[in-house]
Amino acid sequence: MLRISADKIYQLLEAASAAQTVYIPADREDGEAEFRKYETGMQLTNRLNTLRSAKDFFFPQTENLVEFRMDGKNIEINDIRRECEDFVIFGVRACDARSFTILDKVYLVDPVDSFYKSRRDHGTVVTMACSRPAETCFCQTFGIDPTAPEGDCSVWNDGSYYYFQPNTEKGQKFVDSVSSLLEDGDTAGLDKSVERTKEVMKKLPLANLSAENFGGDKLNEYFNSDKWAELSESCLGCGTCTFVCPTCQCYDIKDFNTGHGIKRYRCWDSCMYSDFTKMAHGNPRLTQLERFRQRFMHKLVYFPANNNGEFGCVGCGRCLSKCPISMNIVKVMKALEVK
Amino acid sequence: MNANDTLIPHIGIVTDIRIDTPDVKTFRVEAPEGGKVFEHMPGQCAMLSIPGVGEAMFSITSSPTNKEFMEFSIKKCGCLTNWLHAMDVGQMITIRGPYGNAFPVETELKGKDLLFIAGGIGLAPLRSVINYVRDKRENYGSIQVIYGSRSKDDLVDYKEILDEWMTDDGVEVDLTIDNAQEGWDGHVGFVPNYVKELDPSTNKTVLVCGPPIMIKFTLAGLKELGFTETQVYTTMELRMKCGVGKCGRCNIGNKYVCKDGPVFRFDQLGELPDEY
Amino acid sequence: MQEAMINKAKQLLADGTVSRVIGWKRGEFAYDITPAVFETAEELEREFVFDDFTSANVSKYLVKESQKEGKVLAFLKPCDTYSLNQLTKEHRVDRDNIYVVGIPGGPKLDIEKIKAKGITGITGVKNDNYTLRIETIYGEETMPFYEAVLDKCASCKSKKHVTYDELIGEDGDVLESNRFDMVEKLENMTSQERYDFWRGELSKCIRCNACRNVCPACTCENCVFDNPNSGIDNKAPADSFEENMFHIIRAFHVAGRCTDCGECSRVCPQHIPLHLLNRKFIKDINALYGEYQAGADTTSRAPLTNYTADDCEASVVHERGVE
Repeated sequence: MLRISADKIYQLLEAASAAQTVYIPADREDGEAEFRKYETGMQLTNRLNTLRSAKDFFFPQTENLVEFRMDGKNIEINDIRRECEDFVIFGVRACDARSFTILDKVYLVDPVDSFYKSRRDHGTVVTMACSRPAETCFCQTFGIDPTAPEGDCSVWNDGSYYYFQPNTEKGQKFVDSVSSLLEDGDTAGLDKSVERTKEVMKKLPLANLSAENFGGDKLNEYFNSDKWAELSESCLGCGTCTFVCPTCQCYDIKDFNTGHGIKRYRCWDSCMYSDFTKMAHGNPRLTQLERFRQRFMHKLVYFPANNNGEFGCVGCGRCLSKCPISMNIVKVMKALEVK
Repeated sequence: MNANDTLIPHIGIVTDIRIDTPDVKTFRVEAPEGGKVFEHMPGQCAMLSIPGVGEAMFSITSSPTNKEFMEFSIKKCGCLTNWLHAMDVGQMITIRGPYGNAFPVETELKGKDLLFIAGGIGLAPLRSVINYVRDKRENYGSIQVIYGSRSKDDLVDYKEILDEWMTDDGVEVDLTIDNAQEGWDGHVGFVPNYVKELDPSTNKTVLVCGPPIMIKFTLAGLKELGFTETQVYTTMELRMKCGVGKCGRCNIGNKYVCKDGPVFRFDQLGELPDEY
Repeated sequence: MQEAMINKAKQLLADGTVSRVIGWKRGEFAYDITPAVFETAEELEREFVFDDFTSANVSKYLVKESQKEGKVLAFLKPCDTYSLNQLTKEHRVDRDNIYVVGIPGGPKLDIEKIKAKGITGITGVKNDNYTLRIETIYGEETMPFYEAVLDKCASCKSKKHVTYDELIGEDGDVLESNRFDMVEKLENMTSQERYDFWRGELSKCIRCNACRNVCPACTCENCVFDNPNSGIDNKAPADSFEENMFHIIRAFHVAGRCTDCGECSRVCPQHIPLHLLNRKFIKDINALYGEYQAGADTTSRAPLTNYTADDCEASVVHERGVE
């Protein structure tokens, strides 16, 4: 397999960033990690994953859709869309890589969302296999193998070498852009490292969490479960889970008067918010119970019902870490499961 | 990036405004170059907007057989609708669509005797179907319209009902208002009760639209008369932003009202969770 | 302590003093504790927990809980009692429907600080004479207890319970805290430095509203930021207005009512030190209107809603603003 000695990884990032913009997971001042545009001297984080998910690259928190110029009774529509430039996200974990295929099932089905598609077409996802999973990890529950991440190009690090395996044309293009630095080599060290990680995976506290009893066939049974009241009891109705989630894709569309015209933009929205379904004449989800239920029903029941059994969760564990009251999808699954 | 994106709207010009009731106006919308902005089927909706004020989903109330323009009957009830009610002819708006499914006028409804039941502004989505089947009379059986509202003044499309529908052969229109008033010698009473009184034949296919409470009691009444849920269609309304099943808010169970609806048959609706 | 609390709760449930208990419920790991309402002795036995991670202030839940049928038992730490008092003062809770058992306060631990050390795969955390022994799937790690203490506990203002129906353990005193140290540091910056500091922090905001929703002083039925008629409702920054102003407006709104419970900073997923905004207000109120601690009592007039002849003049803004 193509590989590069671990001490030369920054040479590789340097070369790749000469060809196109490269983002890497780097440390922030507060000890968390986030994707940052690679610049000389920047270090890869040691944290397992970034606080915010990699979905931001394809579905940013806020983006402008269209602009209007208002003049008396007249309106002029200004299509401000521009083709996005090529970029690479380096070091995406297997969970986040899978989240893109979930987002694709929403945004790339007819009618295609051209804003999302442009970024998807121009973004190259270079994934990084995990070797030190956290207690909050449960990607295995959704059939994700963190030692064999998907993406345009998969990368492994066994401590001595980084190994590269392109999976798509875009991935090949990325590898080609750094091919002068790569050499063919054996994978003995890598095989051992993967073996070790697989052993660790078995020991994770959530290793045995199964989603097999969820999905579309018990839709009403889960919807009508008497467990929702207790589960949602202390939910604050904030959007933390939604906004750190790599698969949450709901949005709001709003207008902003810039003083020179109207800017229509979309931004992340959360089904946990009280105004999410509020209309001029009423709201079908009046209490936090209904809103809380919607979020988990969507991921565990509605999404699989509409997408051949695929769940709307990738087990990244961000909501487990970040919920202010530590309520999360794992607790919901355990409490709710009907065998 | 040349491909159109459904989120980027088109311009429509309001070419006529009709005052239907104290709080309902019907707006005629045409493309700047004349004609319709897009084609639709009865029951489908469009997103109308005044940039800077808001954007919302409205049922297209005109029939697709109308080749010149589209119409929207809009009740004043919020920020955007207040603005729409205040505008004059010649105002541009933005419009995108069509969204959602339609009443199955070319399939399941074909050849059937049709019963339309509407309350208040609920006539708006049904008007599209009623005029469609009136224009393609040979494809359908008998037509009966049972329509009621709070008062005579609140009957939407009253003039069209009197001048066109009631003069058509094979179209029966039964009007009712909630409370007796001067100048009204027609029926007085709530729609669900009037439906039971009229006792329509159970071989009819029913299309019902109105306030949720009216729909609920009408459905119960129809069942008492011997109708089954598979014979009754309705159209739903929930908060929407995108119109294409992506923004995530108008779902009932796994169905998005904007994309899988707004038209549902009651047996289909019955399979979904009770959250609307 | 946990045992004593469970026994107290069981006793008060059994003798009919209360019909529900609000406390904390154990989670999947050592640290993911959820505020919860318990109704039976069995639930308490099975799930009630009180340990180094039970930091959540449950006072705000009493707004809803105290409106329900039957009395609710609330276990409150000293800082939580200030929040309850303030809610009582604002008539947001029915104090008569709450039975408060005062319990000892922190210092409580911040799992994020443990994780920031690179410790992962955490399956257990034990305090061994102020050394944390952290069990992980990769082996045991240790770190000093005080390096993992929550910020809000590191600058604790009081060990005194300002309201309670009974206490478990001894009551403490109001402390000489260092809580204004960082505010002073910010005050001593140049305005450009201070601007850069807050731009750096506030631009991290993802508008999840966790700070607002957890805040015991934020109990409006409809927040201006959720009200489409307010003209400032928003979910994301349309321009830089939002991320700057959301927090500043909120700090203004809770000024004079914020008890400095520190929940806003604790729950912020982006680690924005939001409590510093509130502390600046508290410090200024102390300086301009005399020492005042929101929530210390339920009867005194709050300085910002009470006129006295000694109130500072509006010109103070100009005078203090001169660099």
